[in-house]
Amino acid sequence: MAKKISILIVDDEESVRDSLYNWFIEDGFRVACAENAKKALTILESDQFDIILADIKMPGMDGLEMLRRIKSIKPDSIVIVMTAFATVDTAVKALKDGAYDYVTKPFDPDDLTHLIRNATKQISLSDENENLKKKVISLENVEDLIGKSEAMKDVLREIESVAQTNSSVIITGESGTGKELVARAIHANSPRKYFPFVSVHCGALTESLLESELFGHEKGAFTGAMYNRKGRFEMADSGSIFLDEIATISTKMQVELLRVLESKTFMRVGGNKEISSDFRVICATNKDLKSMVEKGTFREDLFYRLNVVTIQIPPLRDRKEDIPSLVDYFIKKYCTSMNKPPATIDTGALKRIQEFNFPGNIRELENMIERAIVVGNGKKIGLQDLPLEKTFVSSSAESLDDFEKAFVLQILNKYNWNISRTAKALKVDRVTLYNKIKKYDLKLADQR
Amino acid sequence: MSLPNITLISYGYFEKDILEKTAEAVIQEFQCSVSIREGHLDLSEFYDPTRRQYNGNALLKVIDSLAIPDSLKTLGLFNVDLFIPILTFIFGQAYLGGSSGIASIYRLSNKRYGIIGGDRFLSERCTKEVIHELGHTFGLIHCPNPTCVMRSSTYVEDIDQKNQNLCNSCRDEYISQSTLSQSL
Repeated sequence: MAKKISILIVDDEESVRDSLYNWFIEDGFRVACAENAKKALTILESDQFDIILADIKMPGMDGLEMLRRIKSIKPDSIVIVMTAFATVDTAVKALKDGAYDYVTKPFDPDDLTHLIRNATKQISLSDENENLKKKVISLENVEDLIGKSEAMKDVLREIESVAQTNSSVIITGESGTGKELVARAIHANSPRKYFPFVSVHCGALTESLLESELFGHEKGAFTGAMYNRKGRFEMADSGSIFLDEIATISTKMQVELLRVLESKTFMRVGGNKEISSDFRVICATNKDLKSMVEKGTFREDLFYRLNVVTIQIPPLRDRKEDIPSLVDYFIKKYCTSMNKPPATIDTGALKRIQEFNFPGNIRELENMIERAIVVGNGKKIGLQDLPLEKTFVSSSAESLDDFEKAFVLQILNKYNWNISRTAKALKVDRVTLYNKIKKYDLKLADQR
Repeated sequence: MSLPNITLISYGYFEKDILEKTAEAVIQEFQCSVSIREGHLDLSEFYDPTRRQYNGNALLKVIDSLAIPDSLKTLGLFNVDLFIPILTFIFGQAYLGGSSGIASIYRLSNKRYGIIGGDRFLSERCTKEVIHELGHTFGLIHCPNPTCVMRSSTYVEDIDQKNQNLCNSCRDEYISQSTLSQSL
């Protein structure tokens, strides 16, 4: 449905205001009037209008000064100036100061209709342009979901089947597995793809901030609420909203969220008008929501409302066969963004990467490659460019002994099995080190 | 149950035929009864010598203040050139969702545009203009449908292009508005 255009009429003559008001109301516009520039600026502080129709000659601040002030606050405002005393000078001045058009009173009904029709067209084109820009940006940001492993193929199949529906989706997976990427892929493949994809990181906001962020607020709703603000649910109208770290929201917010999901209507903080919005919810979490429901920390009804479809993203350690293609992808990505010649990776370095467990998943791998490109020689990424040595703790270590074995071996490798230097680094004497080597049956051949 | 009544008050000379045809069309369109009256008003009070036209805003206020008993809506029909301060002319105007409106046949005649004959157009245009303004009093806004009588018209050619009936969407809106006003 086309949005309702709003018009603010600013004129000191009551008869002019009334005439224009009646004319525009009959055309179905939302109309407000102000008798002087000061009042108009006050109205504009708390409300937004698509078109401002202002008289030039007014007592106090004139229309041209008001035009300059409006333009300094909101440069893309459409201001049409009108005057009973037309001179070329004032017309040129108004247009130079950013007026959309200039008309002389009284004007022909057809001229007024055309003027408003053109301004309306301009507004809808600007809105469309803005939405398309956002769309292009969001499309650019949807990086390819890379992976030929069976686990990833399953995820891709699930994305494809769920994208065409309107069902709520929960994406689960460890931190850094690419949950938002999957959410974007669902949106980009859905019928809602030409509408906004709005992302909210629930874990990063306090309860009151999250409430204002999701539902928006009215001017004066709380200290610092200087203007009316649209919430993320309102922004996501016709599109999708992605609620990251859903498990972190408070019990109160869980109740609010459930109500919004049920009715698709809500009120802004401090407002009394019901707003409706048509959005699709995609949530993500690295927690086990079901066990949270059992423990009573997550509402059961909300869980079932959200949990229509669940997509589980496997951790990187469970799909190591995808690592080479991911490495290639990140090398290309960062070489391009850093304007460096295309680099390759040493076979040994790639082998070491594949053996690593990546507790931080793809995010960790990405950062590792980015760092390697920054610090490397630019042609070939070698073992020395990778920060694997620092991550000495093997995430597969399940006991203190395992951990000690891996750690001692790593320091031995670091000092090329020089016993004195290794013992010094470990702050133990040589005998203790020999005992550890014997205890864990460490051999030079164990060097990985 | 008696039908709601709409009063058409003519100011100045009007051919009986025009008023009767207009009343018939209004009855059919709004399913109401129509009373035709002759009004008497000193129009010189509303004349603006600099513009050589009559002030539509002031005339609408007078019609609105008549308070005719048992009349749901009142429409003043004039044969003088109407204006509002911001526009060079108007065919008519009404209070949106209110109880009164005005219309003028001054700019509806072919003679005004140097065309001889075609008096049938005057009657049709008058009917459309009256139904359009009454539509506003029932809360209807301008309609994008090119054949709907609620389509905005800034030239007589625009009036000729539309029908004298409400489109389906405006009819639905009219029914819901009338139901709402009856329930209040």
